Amino acid sequence: MAVRVQLEDFDPGAELARLTDGDHSVGAAVSFVGLVRDLAEGDRLIAMTLEHYPAMTQAELERIEAEARARWPLTDCLIVHRFGRLTPGARIVLVITASGHRQAAFEACAFLMDWLKTKAPFWKLEETASTRRWVEAKATDDDAAGRW
Amino acid sequence: MKLVYFAWLRERIGLPEETIDPPPGVATVAELVAWLQTRGPGYAAAFARPEAVRAAINQTHVKPDATLAPGDEVALFPPVTGG
Repeated sequence: MAVRVQLEDFDPGAELARLTDGDHSVGAAVSFVGLVRDLAEGDRLIAMTLEHYPAMTQAELERIEAEARARWPLTDCLIVHRFGRLTPGARIVLVITASGHRQAAFEACAFLMDWLKTKAPFWKLEETASTRRWVEAKATDDDAAGRW
Repeated sequence: MKLVYFAWLRERIGLPEETIDPPPGVATVAELVAWLQTRGPGYAAAFARPEAVRAAINQTHVKPDATLAPGDEVALFPPVTGG
């Protein structure tokens, strides 16, 4: 079980292999990658900067991960979340869940993303040619987190 | 106590963090936000909509009625947008 908060890019394939190789109790592994899109409210995005609260980010993601492990029978779990200035196409976040069977792996992965979106202390700043704009939290994210 | 600010709250206030001594009567996060609004135009702009402000005490999310203690680290920020 691991949580990493980092500036650097990650390799989803390598992380998935590392999580599943050698553990033959794993019957299902589900992974999610979040990426920077090139559109921001109809304007072309130049960059997105993720600010975070260094003293809190690791601990909060670990709390969210612990909640997933309490609710579902996971053999392993990985969250990697980047911060800093990212450009369109960049990977932002990786969530991998592994379990004996697929239902737990799918549900826990969706749960982790829904909770991360409403609790992990990051703030996104979008830069276009004409503006810089702090992204606003969405009510739909609160609704998604609330369904768990 | 130490206050830390993030995102557009930090930009409007003009400081990433500060150490303050709140007056008696400021016992909760909500009361702290109401008092901070009075400290200057940057603060007034930052806290114009208190319902848009979220808080953590000692790196744990709290509600506006959470009580403050001396030596706490209180973080104030907009709703998070990670992931």
